[in-house]
Amino acid sequence: MIVSHDLGVWLAALLTLFIFSFLYRDNPLYKFAEHLFVGVSAGYYVVINYWTVIDSNLIQPLRAAFGGHPEGGPWHASLGDYRGWLVLPGILGVLLLTRMIGRISWASRWALAVIIGVYAGLKTTGFAQGDLVAQVQASLNPLLIPGDLWASFNALLFTVGLLSSLLYFFYSREHRGALGWTSKIGIWFLMVSFGAGYGYTVMSRVSLLIGRFQFLFEDWLHLR
Amino acid sequence: MNWRSLEKLDRRWLFLAMALLVAGPLLWPVGLPIVVSSPVQRFHDAIAAVPDGSPVLVPCDFDPGSRPELIPMMKTVLRQLFDKKCRPIVTCLWPGGPALVDQTLESVADEYRARGVPLESGVDYLDLGYKSGNEAVMVLMGQGIARAFPRDLRGRETRSLPILRDVGDYSSIPLLVSISGGYPGTKEWVQQVNARFHLPMVSGCTAVSAPEYYPYLQSGQLRGLLGGMAGAAEYEKLRGEKGSATRGMDAQSLAHVFIALCIVLGNVVQWRRGTGGRS
Repeated sequence: MIVSHDLGVWLAALLTLFIFSFLYRDNPLYKFAEHLFVGVSAGYYVVINYWTVIDSNLIQPLRAAFGGHPEGGPWHASLGDYRGWLVLPGILGVLLLTRMIGRISWASRWALAVIIGVYAGLKTTGFAQGDLVAQVQASLNPLLIPGDLWASFNALLFTVGLLSSLLYFFYSREHRGALGWTSKIGIWFLMVSFGAGYGYTVMSRVSLLIGRFQFLFEDWLHLR
Repeated sequence: MNWRSLEKLDRRWLFLAMALLVAGPLLWPVGLPIVVSSPVQRFHDAIAAVPDGSPVLVPCDFDPGSRPELIPMMKTVLRQLFDKKCRPIVTCLWPGGPALVDQTLESVADEYRARGVPLESGVDYLDLGYKSGNEAVMVLMGQGIARAFPRDLRGRETRSLPILRDVGDYSSIPLLVSISGGYPGTKEWVQQVNARFHLPMVSGCTAVSAPEYYPYLQSGQLRGLLGGMAGAAEYEKLRGEKGSATRGMDAQSLAHVFIALCIVLGNVVQWRRGTGGRS
């Protein structure tokens, strides 16, 4: 058996085994790997966010806007250069940090108002166009498709499932009589959908395990 | 059978059984059949229908946590695109992803270079790297790809790169192939780009998010869908590849059967306890 000569692969393999050791019971090796992961991740995210967000979106454009003027200085940005306006989001970004200073923490609300406003707008229009309208349109299917019995059955099943599931979430009347048994049919459809969701979730988790085993067997131990 | 002993079974025996069931088929493959499903066939056909040589947007929104499911998909997508001489333009909206995404892109490009196909970064393919802003970036790209990404992953000015010479905004791209690990990902590309800019889309996603995307497939907003390792393995089969997803499917199937048996057994034990209590 020829094992890997790569120090990085050895490190990753040992840390993987440390994490797996938790399945036997909690132990210092697992704790070491866990703390290392959290620490390295936090450091990585701070660095990547500084260089890809703050530096490239704020500091570099501001430098280009203000540093390029013959007289230089922050008060000589040319009027046609939009990059100078980045001062405003820069100030709003700094205001977010006032959350940590009790007396002036209210100032962070200005920045939060912009963030929430922009994101709520983006999400609402995106959802309305992408989910609400498109999905309602896609639900309006003909029940009978001439010459295709299977498609007709499928359309009927879909309609029954859609209506009964929707009625299950209708809480303005007690679920008795026709509403009661329709919502019970809805429960069955929902249970099938939750079951499919659970199956897919299991598949995802098992895939992670397979990925780690493939790494150990192929990259580390070169067994395949 | 002594049901009481099953109730007190140490869960570590289950972990051990699962480990053996996953490790065994990886070392000694069984070769269980893989059947290509309609969403996977449609995914493949949508890419096949793109005119040869076109630029194709490939947002790879994931991090190492989704590696076993999404890397095989990404590799096969890139191979299908390179075979058609299409020009993949790769982006990443997850901060943890750019290094892994670039490594995968370069490894596939290296495969082609080793075969004598001279693929060049910035000409035949492009990695734009990470950009923060989630949905805002997607919308901004609608005003111009180079506007949203002034520089690529290697720090080159994107406007000067040959690959983007005939690429302005979404209107110059025939297809978007979203490889998605969660938020932001396929759902947001559908909402912000497919719905607004009517850019045709296909998606390869983790199994855990696949049920959420099936309605998009049914409504035609997605033209094809790969769900998890199973989707990746089916896609590899269609393309005649034997990648890591195909190699992992035996283990995947056995693990599923084991979990299903555990669920059935757990219910039987519970039922026996219930009837025992009444008697």
